[in-house]
Amino acid sequence: MLLEIRNLQIGATVHPPGEPSRDIVIVDGVSLTLEKGRVLGLIGESGAGKSTIGLSPMAYGRGGVRITGGEILLNGRDIRKAGPAGLRDLRGREVTYVAQSAAAAFNPAKKLMEQVIETTLLHGLASRSEAEARAIKLFGKLGLPNPETIGNRFPHQVSGGQLQRVMTAMALCPQPELVIFDEPTTALDVTTQIEVLAAIKEAIRDTGVAALYITHDLAVVAQVSDEIMVLRSGKMVEYGPVQQIIEAPREEYTRALVSVRSIEHEEKTPVGEPVLAVKGITARYRGTHFDVLKRVTVDLRPGQTLAVVGESGSGKSTLARVITGLLPPRAGTIRFAGRTLSADLAGRSKDDLRELQMIYQMADVAMNPRHTVGTIIGRPLEFYFGLTGEAKRKRVQELLDEIEMGAGFIDRYPAELSGGQKQRVCIARALAAKPKLIICDEVTSALDPLVADGILKLLLSLQKREGVAYLFITHDLATVKAIADSIAVMYRGEVVRYGTKSDVLAPPFDDYTDLLLSSVPEMKIGWLEEVIAHRKMESAGN
Amino acid sequence: MRRIPLSALLGLFITGLYFFVAIFAPLIAPYGMGDVVGGVWESSSAHFWLGTDSIGRDLLTRMIYGGRTTIFIATVATLLSFSVGATMGFTAAVVGGWVDQGLSRFIDLVMAIPSLIFALVVLSVMPVTVTTLILVMGLLDSTRVFRLSRAIAVDITVMDYVEAARLRGEGQIWIIFREILPNALSPLVAEMGMRFIFMVLFISTLSFLGLGVQPPLADWGGIVKENKEGIVYGITAALYPAIAIATLAISVNLVADWILNRTTSLKGGR
Repeated sequence: MLLEIRNLQIGATVHPPGEPSRDIVIVDGVSLTLEKGRVLGLIGESGAGKSTIGLSPMAYGRGGVRITGGEILLNGRDIRKAGPAGLRDLRGREVTYVAQSAAAAFNPAKKLMEQVIETTLLHGLASRSEAEARAIKLFGKLGLPNPETIGNRFPHQVSGGQLQRVMTAMALCPQPELVIFDEPTTALDVTTQIEVLAAIKEAIRDTGVAALYITHDLAVVAQVSDEIMVLRSGKMVEYGPVQQIIEAPREEYTRALVSVRSIEHEEKTPVGEPVLAVKGITARYRGTHFDVLKRVTVDLRPGQTLAVVGESGSGKSTLARVITGLLPPRAGTIRFAGRTLSADLAGRSKDDLRELQMIYQMADVAMNPRHTVGTIIGRPLEFYFGLTGEAKRKRVQELLDEIEMGAGFIDRYPAELSGGQKQRVCIARALAAKPKLIICDEVTSALDPLVADGILKLLLSLQKREGVAYLFITHDLATVKAIADSIAVMYRGEVVRYGTKSDVLAPPFDDYTDLLLSSVPEMKIGWLEEVIAHRKMESAGN
Repeated sequence: MRRIPLSALLGLFITGLYFFVAIFAPLIAPYGMGDVVGGVWESSSAHFWLGTDSIGRDLLTRMIYGGRTTIFIATVATLLSFSVGATMGFTAAVVGGWVDQGLSRFIDLVMAIPSLIFALVVLSVMPVTVTTLILVMGLLDSTRVFRLSRAIAVDITVMDYVEAARLRGEGQIWIIFREILPNALSPLVAEMGMRFIFMVLFISTLSFLGLGVQPPLADWGGIVKENKEGIVYGITAALYPAIAIATLAISVNLVADWILNRTTSLKGGR
């Protein structure tokens, strides 16, 4: 038995401003075992304590978090009793760690090779030349281009997906017995994620190392793990082999996680005059010399949803900026509700602005933290319709009811809301203006799957009631399937495929759409190998 | 009302005391401001708690009136520098482009000249009144506030909620005062405590050099100037203003820290 955790208790002290400090329990009574060469997936929503548990085999608590009870046995000895010197010896030799954001975890001033072999050298596990040889071998195994020379580059000179693989090499270089992967692919595009995932899986298999794999995406963890532990608010919900968790979940919560994204949406046929007609839009940012958008032409009918899909850098958010008037295009026109929109924000009438609303990805920065919910939703009412006082407050409450948030929220500040509630308030703010079109820029990608599901359902029901059209920007194809009536696939600033949902999602595919579609993790064991075997092109981020 | 921490209570008490004494100086001071009531540099006694100054005026009375002048000038100058500096800084950050370039480079130009020298030059050609003093100090100091508030506002203007306000069609006034100002307030309040003390030092320095508050008005810098020869003979008269400035500095900043703690809470802490 490599790792055995018994009845783990982890706590922290919180210091709310103006109140006395108090102790809280973050992880309560979690036990697990891990044998050599096996992979255990830790899964849960944010706040489930999965990262906290994941770091416990290094006896490390992030930001004031303390291990307060239980035993952590690594190779039979309790590392809680190891002491600082013992822990220093263990970390980086027996247990290593792969962080979520590789870009933030690397020192930008040092070459990759220096950083990859640093731990190995510090622990005296190999000479410099041996370590470098090991690293180069690992680079090759992880599918990095030019394994001999990539170590001479600086972190900013490689892509995000490559950086994540370099970090995996860094973790494997000291030949540890256990590697902790903390959401290693969450920050990557789907098309890149799959390559990194495959590389990690192969490296784990070849080196025979054991791993803890932390993620919130059940479909991802199903590809790499042997066993899965489902966590919720610091407690274990379910623990078992992958097969059983995916195919026969026992707990209600696990079932909800497995069946997430099962919204059925009947596609509407495109009828009527388009509410939004984007024609031949070409745009570039000031001071640059290439077009971020190239002759983009799409239509959106009233009361329907157009999904714009693509990976990061494909220009989909830029399209939103052009439509809202934040970035005047170099060529092309935008017709909205039967009139041609001024290219520049300053040239648009108040009605143009009112009828075209926007919802952002990060709800917490889309709302002024110093305004109450009442002010945030009330301001468009006051600004566009001149509502004040009691009438405004009443309408705000109606809107809050519409987004399924009851009384008692109106005087709260955004910091007092959960992630899903924040996004709902943003939706209410957009609705307050009685818009004809709402641009939704990745509105669910920062949310946990179950919460995101709730938001999508809300958006659909609002569309039915208010007849508002959505331009839905996302990189997540599962979301697209759930909500879209028509789809535009973007790749490097161009629309490569455009049509109704059933047309776009039906073969024959062009190469890029095929890549994008096949990259969406499916909740199926063995899916990863299937996809890798059938790929036609590499992702743009590689 | 939640509990006020001890440090803030102490700061509040001392600051309050200074301001109280400054406001009600004529009622509190034991003698008239310019009255010669004793011998030269008498040591402290039941009649003269802090002794007398270089021409026999009661030092406590001078300190009280001096505090009134110094605190008044410093307060008004600080308010002036913050309203001018913050408004310009926010405008530069929100409008951007040429307005930002123009304002920023102009401020750089002013800052390139040491402010003490700048003030001395201006004051030596202008009639030295309390109003000119306040204007000169406030405007010179607003350059620092401009830099700070512009830096803060630049970070805030790129937030999505400011973009949302622009897309709603809000004017610059709303964006500056309703979106940016509330979020910039915490660092500005902290800075304000600091700048107030710098103002006290600035006016004291000017008075010490003879270009600040003019006799017969008293102020702390002037008291040091009048009594500085006494130090050689072991007369401590010149040290009292220093003690007053130091305690005021500490107590004002204790209060500023506490306000800062309260306003940084985003969960309805105000």
